[in-house]
Amino acid sequence: MGFIEKFSGVFLIAGILMFFSAVIGLAAIPVWMLDRTQAWQDVAREVPEDFKDDFKTVDEYKAALFKGRDLYIAEACWHCHSQFVRPTANESLRYGPVSMPGESQNALNLPQLFGTRRVGPDLSRESGKKSNDWQYAHLYKPTNVVPQSVMPSYSWYFEIKDNVPVPKYEAKAIVAYLQWLGSTVKDRKESEYDFEQEQLPPRQ
Amino acid sequence: MNQSPQTTEAKTLVDYQIVTWHFLASILYIFVAILAGLSFSLQFLQKYPFPGVELLSPGRIRMVHTQAVAFGWLANGFFAVLYYVVPKLTGNRVLHTTLSRIVFFAYNGLVLGAVALILLGHAQGLEWAETPAVLDPFIAIGVVLLVINLMVPIIKTRASKMYVSLWYISAALIWTPIVYVLGNFLPQYFFAGTSGATISSMYIHDLVGLFVTPLGIASVYYLLPVVMKKPLYSHALSIIGFWGLAFFYPLNSAHHYLFSPIPMWTQYASIVASIGVHVVVYTVVFNLFATIASDWTQLATNHVVRWIFFGTLAYLITCVQCAVQVTLSAQSIIHFTDWVVGHSHFVLFGVFSFWVTAWMYYLLPRIWGVPIYSESLARWHFWMQTLAISIMQIDLLSAGLVQGMMWKSLSPFIDSVAASMPFWWVRTFTGIMILVGEVCFLINIYLTWQDSRVTKQNSLTPQPIGA
Ligand code: HEC
Repeated sequence: MGFIEKFSGVFLIAGILMFFSAVIGLAAIPVWMLDRTQAWQDVAREVPEDFKDDFKTVDEYKAALFKGRDLYIAEACWHCHSQFVRPTANESLRYGPVSMPGESQNALNLPQLFGTRRVGPDLSRESGKKSNDWQYAHLYKPTNVVPQSVMPSYSWYFEIKDNVPVPKYEAKAIVAYLQWLGSTVKDRKESEYDFEQEQLPPRQ
Repeated sequence: MNQSPQTTEAKTLVDYQIVTWHFLASILYIFVAILAGLSFSLQFLQKYPFPGVELLSPGRIRMVHTQAVAFGWLANGFFAVLYYVVPKLTGNRVLHTTLSRIVFFAYNGLVLGAVALILLGHAQGLEWAETPAVLDPFIAIGVVLLVINLMVPIIKTRASKMYVSLWYISAALIWTPIVYVLGNFLPQYFFAGTSGATISSMYIHDLVGLFVTPLGIASVYYLLPVVMKKPLYSHALSIIGFWGLAFFYPLNSAHHYLFSPIPMWTQYASIVASIGVHVVVYTVVFNLFATIASDWTQLATNHVVRWIFFGTLAYLITCVQCAVQVTLSAQSIIHFTDWVVGHSHFVLFGVFSFWVTAWMYYLLPRIWGVPIYSESLARWHFWMQTLAISIMQIDLLSAGLVQGMMWKSLSPFIDSVAASMPFWWVRTFTGIMILVGEVCFLINIYLTWQDSRVTKQNSLTPQPIGA
């Protein structure tokens, strides 16, 4: 018994060094590998058709994307929605193509928003699944659209004009961001998946 | 609190005032955490108490909940324990009592600031690191100061053999600032997407594995023998456990993002290492149980031992769970579900909160020089929390299985939400039980303090009862 205790000091130092080797092995090396794959900064090249009325220039649109992302963080949407599709549990059937390392290497994913919990569905392929109007109505009060929803209402991003809620800039930014999520995957030619082919089977 | 002039060596060694302050701050935050968690759980029943209030948006409340648990409740509790244990074990005082006070106010000011800024919508988008990015550098500085304050007495000891608690504490003190800086700055400013997630996973894991776990284990390794007045079963075993922790825990990181785009070899490595964690768990659990077994009767007579016992049992259960849930086949179903939520509640509440509570029951009455006001309230507290967390655990694990299976079977998403409803009701109910238990605790602690004031008025100067 006393034998092992004699080397306690060695163990303490070894223990602390182990931590650094773990940082190198399981963080530095994978990060180095990933950053060599591809990093693309350009989050949008033009304003999508549906947002032409809201944002005049690409720069305005890009600013809105970042604002939407910031609100997505501030409201902890990312604690109820994940942003990656796993190659398991039929997820590619439900959500769309499996997430690839390169697709999230851009400025809108700094910090990353993978998420670890799905109270609501994954949003990494949200773009184009619902219309903008659906998204506004849902954001204003989810239970109006999906009665059993447990998603909070974000009515403070709307102002009431003539008894009708009208989206403020913040709401437009959130919806622009939601409609952006996954849009790059579809039109990126090097993606090995064909988004259109894999659709949810019709509801029984 | 006015301490009587300190005379004996034992009394000047430990700065009881700072220990008390940290414990009281800790108790304040457990209420913040419980109330926030409880409110958020009501959102899941479509009964959120503050609908349409931007400042109390459910998502923000959820982040306040986790921040208050980790940095308010547990961290303050552990700091209190450190300010007591380190001087006791090394025979040296901490570097400077003024520094302790500065760190106390700065740290708690920052945590309160973090809560306020999160409510105002300035959270950082990284799990367990929601502290707004502007505050992070100051927290890092605060932690470094704390580390210096506590490392100096450890370095000053010339003893050839240090008690195992000191191994864990020194390692944790060195790891924590590095982990904090790593996890808060790199993914925020330098590495996007998948690379960022690789680093975040390391932070998520190391915060629990290299800050909470070693300090928790260090604290029970100290408290259990002292409160039972029995020697620790085996010192050698405890060192093997420490080394296992240092060896395997940091390698576990990627298991928080299995099946993600992180390179698969990284994920495999973390799975293998997670199985290795069992070396740590079984040595620690065996050692603690064997120590308790040397006098089982104390479980019935001593409520501090009871808290430690259930914490240890919970530690064993969560870790066995870990070995199951880390496999890819299990991940396929349970990841993203309430299973994970159940697991983390069992770890942070069932294990570490129980151990911290044991410390409070042990130390606060001793500092105030009176026995605990009511044994029966303490029993209520214990059984409330034990029942609540056990029910919550079973409830959320089952909910997780239901959700995972329904997602895999491709039933419409909203059906899985509807199917979770009964489980979420039970969860809220257990949350209320936890609140009730904690109120018993608060009353008990308050009345104990009142007792000590009465004793003081009767001019029987309260003396901290040395352990
Ligand atoms: C309490 C958890 C929770 C929070 C927080 C939350 N959601 Fe949801 N979300 C859900 C649930 C549950 C659903 C599924 C039911 C529904 O459609 O309303 C959902 C559905 C959605 C959908 C529809 C997805 C689809 O394709 O059907 C979108 C879009 C969405 N949420 C966006 C957001 C945004 C943006 C935020 C933050 C402002 C947010 N959510 C915050 C729980 C949450």
